[in-house]
Amino acid sequence: MTAVLVVAEHDNVHLKGSTLNTITAAAQCGRDVHVLVAGHGAVRVAKAAAQVLGVAKVLHADAAVFAAGLAENLTAQVLKIASEYGHILFPATAYGKNVAPRVAALLDVAQLSDVTRIVEPDIFERPIYAGNAIATQQSLDKVKVITVRTTGFDPMGQGGNAAVEALDAVADSGKSRLVGRQVSEGDRPELIGAKVVVSGGRALGSSKMFNEILTPLADRLGGALGASRAAVDAGYAPNDWQIGQTGKIVAPHLYIAVGISGAIQHLAGMLESKVIVAINKDPEAPIFSVADYGLQADLFEAVPSLCSAL
Amino acid sequence: MKALVAVKRVVDYNVKVRVKSDGSGVDVANAKMSMNPFDEIAVEEAVRLKEQGVLSEVIAVSCGVAQCQEVLRTAMAMGADRAILVESAEELQPLAVAKLLKALIDKEHPHLVILGKQAIDDDCNQTGQMLAALADLPQATFASKVEIVDGRAQVTREIDGGFETLSIALPAVVTTDLRLNEPRYVTLPNIMKAKRKSVEILGPAHLAVDIAPRIRTLGVSEPPRRAAGIQVADVGTLVAKLKNEARVI
Repeated sequence: MTAVLVVAEHDNVHLKGSTLNTITAAAQCGRDVHVLVAGHGAVRVAKAAAQVLGVAKVLHADAAVFAAGLAENLTAQVLKIASEYGHILFPATAYGKNVAPRVAALLDVAQLSDVTRIVEPDIFERPIYAGNAIATQQSLDKVKVITVRTTGFDPMGQGGNAAVEALDAVADSGKSRLVGRQVSEGDRPELIGAKVVVSGGRALGSSKMFNEILTPLADRLGGALGASRAAVDAGYAPNDWQIGQTGKIVAPHLYIAVGISGAIQHLAGMLESKVIVAINKDPEAPIFSVADYGLQADLFEAVPSLCSAL
Repeated sequence: MKALVAVKRVVDYNVKVRVKSDGSGVDVANAKMSMNPFDEIAVEEAVRLKEQGVLSEVIAVSCGVAQCQEVLRTAMAMGADRAILVESAEELQPLAVAKLLKALIDKEHPHLVILGKQAIDDDCNQTGQMLAALADLPQATFASKVEIVDGRAQVTREIDGGFETLSIALPAVVTTDLRLNEPRYVTLPNIMKAKRKSVEILGPAHLAVDIAPRIRTLGVSEPPRRAAGIQVADVGTLVAKLKNEARVI
């Protein structure tokens, strides 16, 4: 069996949690799991990857060309070592989705997106039509390039002690450069991987109410904040909070949907949550049909009182 | 400056698809078909760039069955100048579509290629990135703002936790995210006008592209259903259930 390569997602300081779920999927594809850390000043990331259980080797390419995580340069680095691998896995996050298809195309192989289960090393399950159907698909290519839906696999734990091998970095493509980046910082957990998600819909009515009503509850539960597409489109919440088919896919222990009707596209992003609570005034809201606990109530009264009851 | 915009014909956004009872696929036989919503955003962006005087021509292209001409007519009613259909009754997977589009890049030499980030049927999110790689072009995926400045594209793109801005050399590939723009409604006069615009029809063989599928679908099943939950009477009951029954707080 050939080795399996995981391309690590990181910000040059931290190894992102999505990488740990991807390593779990990788371990189901083959025995020898290698992790590529292509970064700039990312020694800490490489060390963190080496401590993940099941990782046999960390390949670390460190150079300024990787500072911004540009798809062109990262692809070139993956291709340099790709011939050693039968599987190349990326997390199905904005980071992985940006790069994986480039790698697949240049290897002249198909890519399997958002894989939720490894049936056999060449057979995979993945949701299609916003999760309304699950396809079982077989890759006919020699190399399988896969993006892994993080909610389908538990994060791999600590306890590894892999060797870190330095790689020569590729040259800059010269075609793309980062002008600037704005990433929200704070104590709130990231949506992907959060244990609790408090999510709001259009019923919140304004950006001000969205914050005033939901932030205290998220703070009390140590949760992340999310939103329906309707709430994002209305400008109540930032784009990267959007949960659903075309936004983020989450599977927390507790998902609290506040004033969200539950369009199929939204459900596609949260249906794997362990416990779903829905608070909505409309008894007919489709969200109630998937909620473990439904509370038909005015959210402007129910959420503050829930907050003080916790 | 010329732009190529790729549009896919998919089951309409509002249709709830059903898995066929024999598990061989999804029943789309009589479903309403429309342009993939992300591709509408791509057409809108190209047309706006033309209206700003940045682009001189917008070419809409689709790969698939003969009925894809309908979405090409829609693209032209929105403002695309002409259209190309690569007609094939075979299943076209993202790698095959990317190769077909690459062949069209070689033929048309566009400065900008705009595609939706993802089709809402197979949810792959691959074609734009694959095309960029095959054509050796820089890419800016998940775009929420596109400007052409000094012969480069300055693109703001959505990333986990926020956004970033890239400056990429032209020609380049851009894929659209939801908030790039709000596509216009097509008007009747524009629909009539679009009927007079040209659709060039090619076959994969014309472009010398191998479209053989690389992924075989073995079966399609319904997703597991969540068991119906319960309605709670008040906040106090909810808290008690979460503490004692679900044990999540």
